[in-house]
Amino acid sequence: MDLSSINPVLLVASIMISATPILLAAIGEMVVEKSGVLNLGVEGMMITGAVIGFIVAINTGAPLLGFASAAIAGAVLSLTFGVLTQVFLSNQVATGLGLTLVGLGLSSLLGKPYEGQKTVTLPKLDIPILSDLPVVGRMLFSHDIMVYLSLCIVVAVWGFLKYTRAGLILRAVGESHESAHALGYKVIRVRMMAIMFGGACAGLGGAYLSLVRVPQWTEGMTAGAGWIALAIVVFASWRAGRILIGAYLFGGITVLQLNLQAAGLTWGVQYLSMSPYLITILVLVFISSNRSRSSHDAPANLGQTFHATR
Amino acid sequence: MIRRTLLATAAAGLTLAFGAPAMAQDVTKACFVYVGPIGDGGWTYQHHQGALAVKEEYGDKVEIAWQESVPEGADAERVITQMALSGCNIIFTTSFGYMDPTNNVAAKFPDVKFEHATGYKREHPNVSSYNARFYEGRAVVGHIAGKMTKTNKIGYIGSFPIPEVVMGINSYYHHAKLANPDVELVVTWAYTWFDPAKEADAARAMLDQGVDVITAHTDSTAPLAEIAKEGGSAWGFGQASDMAAFTTNDDGTAGPRVASIIDEWSPYYVKRVGQLMDGSYEQIDSWAGMPEGEVVIGAMNDAIPADVKAEAQAMIDAITAGEYHPFTGPMNKQDGSAWLAEGETAGDGDLLSMGFYIEGIIGDIPN
Repeated sequence: MDLSSINPVLLVASIMISATPILLAAIGEMVVEKSGVLNLGVEGMMITGAVIGFIVAINTGAPLLGFASAAIAGAVLSLTFGVLTQVFLSNQVATGLGLTLVGLGLSSLLGKPYEGQKTVTLPKLDIPILSDLPVVGRMLFSHDIMVYLSLCIVVAVWGFLKYTRAGLILRAVGESHESAHALGYKVIRVRMMAIMFGGACAGLGGAYLSLVRVPQWTEGMTAGAGWIALAIVVFASWRAGRILIGAYLFGGITVLQLNLQAAGLTWGVQYLSMSPYLITILVLVFISSNRSRSSHDAPANLGQTFHATR
Repeated sequence: MIRRTLLATAAAGLTLAFGAPAMAQDVTKACFVYVGPIGDGGWTYQHHQGALAVKEEYGDKVEIAWQESVPEGADAERVITQMALSGCNIIFTTSFGYMDPTNNVAAKFPDVKFEHATGYKREHPNVSSYNARFYEGRAVVGHIAGKMTKTNKIGYIGSFPIPEVVMGINSYYHHAKLANPDVELVVTWAYTWFDPAKEADAARAMLDQGVDVITAHTDSTAPLAEIAKEGGSAWGFGQASDMAAFTTNDDGTAGPRVASIIDEWSPYYVKRVGQLMDGSYEQIDSWAGMPEGEVVIGAMNDAIPADVKAEAQAMIDAITAGEYHPFTGPMNKQDGSAWLAEGETAGDGDLLSMGFYIEGIIGDIPN
């Protein structure tokens, strides 16, 4: 074993890239869940974003346009979920699972002609002064713009939920839709917007996979990343800051264990790969065992359907 | 009126449904179970090319059907059963993890032929197994890797620690070492056959640690895409399929894929379905390689120096002619104990149960 062959600068840099797709998807899903809606279709929205982003980028030669289209595609797909669950009051779990299946099928259909093609990827930013700093320059300040955008979204969501009136309304809708309705807030409209935001974020995360991390389209390429994003939301107990930690932890452990293996460590690597899931289970156990705490974590009306006449 | 039309349609439907088995007598139905999507550009794509070759060869006399992305395990058993019930005459199950499900279903359908790829269990007379000698291809790319590395560190992205993969690692390393005595091998296990993001991460981890030639034993083209980001200072190989998109870069320079190991299943599938149709079908355990055209090395690109190309071609010719066996002694096991004496070649049994690294490889095989 030769741990000295692991370069910490490159390790952190590759963790940031590796964690970006799940970070984007998780922060979007957290907003959705904060509004009281459980959308299990993250995987489907991600892969739809991945394929649409790739198709647009390859046809226009502009990756940023690809990202924009991916966000729109994710939001449009999530809108079908929104209409079904909010207007027609369908079961959120079943509809969410259906959305995943639709997304996987739709993406493989749309992506067929694009298999094996190469696309232009996002350039690494060259930030004046910052990028030239020793160590941190390479580690933190020479990524592509989406890495920074994902971090900005996390900060924006945190500020929005904590400091704005609209954020307070969104949380109120998630905690008690009946009360929010009685106060005159448009529960369904708020939830629809949250669902579309979640869809757009998942679409961006998917496009990051197909345009930057693995710059190509391969059927089924998200390979469960959407489910990991859902786990991160629980792991983070619905807090933006912890979403960031969770995503970097989940992404980081995958990269770390591969680096350890490449450095010659063979023992315990499987346990390391398992650990994020074990931690998530522990967090779930902790949340459900502590009744008084649980009220501060999961939105009280999470997954419940709302109808004004009830 | 409408009701009558409806009834007539239903009746016609019933006739069709019950008439179908009679028609199935003339048409042989060959079915395929795939572990990944056809669009993986690698393993499953090649199996599907084989399936299409069967259709091409026999036209209307065969019907083909397939199911993609079938998880290994209980789901596989359900899918295979469904295929057997739907009138398949021969079912090819194309991943190692389908071994037990295939044998379990075979017990219930003695009239259906089952063909399992890369496994070793044939518990019933209607189960055959088939594999290709991928280690022959690994030997050739190992030689190229040994010659091309500048850092003297070469990498191998393993899927699962099964004999098939261990065999590939040993063959790759052995021939890299023969070509370049200073070479060092880095192995990482991805514990998946198909997860493009993780495969890319594995390649990235190796590149970050100074590995400059990587071969993968996973199914997607992601490692090559990751290597491409190095801009010509690192190289890789197409795996299972040619992955020709990475042969040249957009600017016309030599791309990251310097050669490839292609699994060519078509000859085997065409032969077996043909035998089933003419009645000469028997249970077999097939393990063919370069001589039979089942393992093919894809076009070598210009990143490889001409003399190395010639050496690699000579090795391909020797293996194809049956003159050279990639596991020819002297070879020792990792712990230094003797395995093959000078000039001795490894037996198939030894290879198929291979659970050890050869001398010089650092690290242990996980359990």
